[in-house]
Amino acid sequence: MSGRHFFGGVHPEYHKEMTAGKAIEAMPMPEKLVVHFAQNIGSMPTPLVKRGDQVKKGQVIAEASGFVSVPVHAPTSGKVEAVDMFPNPVGAETLAAVIAPDGEDAWAEGLNVEQDTDSMNGDQIKGLIRDAGLVGMGGATFPTHVKLSPPEGKSIDTLILNGAECEPYLTADHRLMLEHPAEILEGASFFARVLDVKRVIVAIEKNKPDAIEKMKKAVEVKEGYSVEALDVVYPQGAEKQLIFALTGRRVPAGGLPMDVNVLVQNVGTAFAAYEAVRFKRPLLERVVTVTGNGVAEPKNIRARIGTRFEDMIDRCGGLAEDTVKVISGGPMMGVAQYSLDAAVTKGTSGIVTLRKDEVVQFVSDPCIRCGRCVEACPMRLNPSALSIFIEMCHFEDAAEYHVTDCIECGSCAYVCPSQRPLVHHFRRAKAEIRKMSRKAG
Amino acid sequence: MSTAVIVLAVLAFVLGLGLAVAARIFAVNVDPRIEKITEILPGANCGGCGYAGCSDLAKAIVEGKAGVDACPVGSAEVAEKIAKIMGVELSGDKVRKVAIVLCSGDDQVASKKFYYNGIEDCASAALIFGGDKSCKYGCLGLGTCADVCPFDAIDMLPSGLARVDPERCTGCGKCVDACPKGIIKLVPIDRKVHVLCSSHDKGGKVRKICKVGCIGCQKCAKEAPEGAITMEENLAVVNYDIEIPESVAGVCPTHTIVIRGEHLEEVEASEEAKAAGGAV
Repeated sequence: MSGRHFFGGVHPEYHKEMTAGKAIEAMPMPEKLVVHFAQNIGSMPTPLVKRGDQVKKGQVIAEASGFVSVPVHAPTSGKVEAVDMFPNPVGAETLAAVIAPDGEDAWAEGLNVEQDTDSMNGDQIKGLIRDAGLVGMGGATFPTHVKLSPPEGKSIDTLILNGAECEPYLTADHRLMLEHPAEILEGASFFARVLDVKRVIVAIEKNKPDAIEKMKKAVEVKEGYSVEALDVVYPQGAEKQLIFALTGRRVPAGGLPMDVNVLVQNVGTAFAAYEAVRFKRPLLERVVTVTGNGVAEPKNIRARIGTRFEDMIDRCGGLAEDTVKVISGGPMMGVAQYSLDAAVTKGTSGIVTLRKDEVVQFVSDPCIRCGRCVEACPMRLNPSALSIFIEMCHFEDAAEYHVTDCIECGSCAYVCPSQRPLVHHFRRAKAEIRKMSRKAG
Repeated sequence: MSTAVIVLAVLAFVLGLGLAVAARIFAVNVDPRIEKITEILPGANCGGCGYAGCSDLAKAIVEGKAGVDACPVGSAEVAEKIAKIMGVELSGDKVRKVAIVLCSGDDQVASKKFYYNGIEDCASAALIFGGDKSCKYGCLGLGTCADVCPFDAIDMLPSGLARVDPERCTGCGKCVDACPKGIIKLVPIDRKVHVLCSSHDKGGKVRKICKVGCIGCQKCAKEAPEGAITMEENLAVVNYDIEIPESVAGVCPTHTIVIRGEHLEEVEASEEAKAAGGAV
């Protein structure tokens, strides 16, 4: 199975050895949890709690505000101490509830009860997944039930379980596959049942041979399931690149995987689906890789949603004095944080800490038209031309050159010898284009 | 030799005839007023009126889609001339409007929440946690407004603030649209008293992050004539329809309220002092 590959991509240093061999450990309950309401792409859920309210574990504290929206639940039982603006690791300040745990960790009624899954139909499974607040846990946080609801006339024939984990440093999915292979596959089987899919592919990069072996053993008993080893290229785990590498199908510009009859789900999401459908447990915790040379003891931690970065880092021995950067997510696509008050959300896959000698203060130079970014772009865009348009505020031209298809993987900026902040330019252009289309429509 | 001359002469005559006929048949009737109005308009093609340049606006005026005073840049004189061409009366006096940046929290008085190493542009910086300034309403000082100004009326001060020169400003409003924080406003040029803050944060929070932010104490609202300064979510907002005596500026405990002319002079003096200090 060689040549499972796509166009472009880069080979960053992976640094996964720091945590790859470390078993997932549970985070003790912190003194407070900061639970953001905006944890999914789409419309922000409507808050239901106010200061002083008592909440139970699993209780809905914000309800879905539309179809592309999911509820948020209290990660433990306790008292709501405040509802205020806090730094959300995605790069904005958003409304969050501060919950002081009461130490009981008492479930709300009706939750954490084993379900008879064999008798459920697809709609019931989908309902449980939506009510559990599931979103794509690879980082995009797209509501899972929306992915499970293709419009009339579109069918899905292949489900890809994304265990590529191509971001450097991160090992959360890797550990999950090693420790919970059966649970992941059962979660996947629920997705497959909702959409009546017969072919399920577990996709893993070749740099995780132990995970490949483990998952191969686990799929032996399942009909239609297979494990595919992928070349180690960043961004192998990006949805469109993954689909092309495995099926040769190309998702059209501006389209979705369902346009080529494929559904991609992260292995972490599959595990959460197992918990949601089998035990009626909402999404209250996730695995986060806390790593980098800035922490004394890098770890894979299972933490409640809302655990502050400070508590996570303290658990790993605290920050080294010359740590200059703390990133939420991986170093390629993650967002640098300014405050350790930022808290784990459903999409937080890792916390990467970098020391002074590992961070370059960039001074960007003009484009020298070397074309390395063009070779690296997995979406076959022309980052060089795009960035020049955007620097001159020619956003219409950037739109014509398909800047909106950029997946913000950062490959172009990684190879740029002029150290141009290309992805930042593209994010700006996307924001401007959204603004223009709002004005026009 | 003579054949060539005759052939060319006949050819020239036939083609000339063709051109003459085509000019009649495909003639485009242009309203001469469009050309005249285009000449009167400032010709900066700034787009402040909402049309694609001055000639486009001229066309819209002649077609009746835009008013004779639709050009925000041209003075009353321009509007008057256009009104004459169009044969209409100009209604009332139009007070010239100029832009003002409603923030005075420069790097000396306002704190920052992180070190920003990125594109030198406010709209880009604002995508990352709303920018590096602790105050989410504050001027980011990277000059997006100055970049879009077609009249070179906005200076970026070294202390990290944008400043509009009211003499050069024509009130086209491009900076108002470009500012990602939405803190640039168009105000009548004859109004001197301004609240240079846009923060709706509570007083306690403002005090922590900015020395010259409005803390919502309401002293100015009480001092000013009825309705001239109103409180909107912890912020004193000036109603420019009512004239405010300059003494009101004196009651502001945080010196957020300024008198425009004097303030500009003060800023200039302090910048010069700083520049001189740096040179030594």
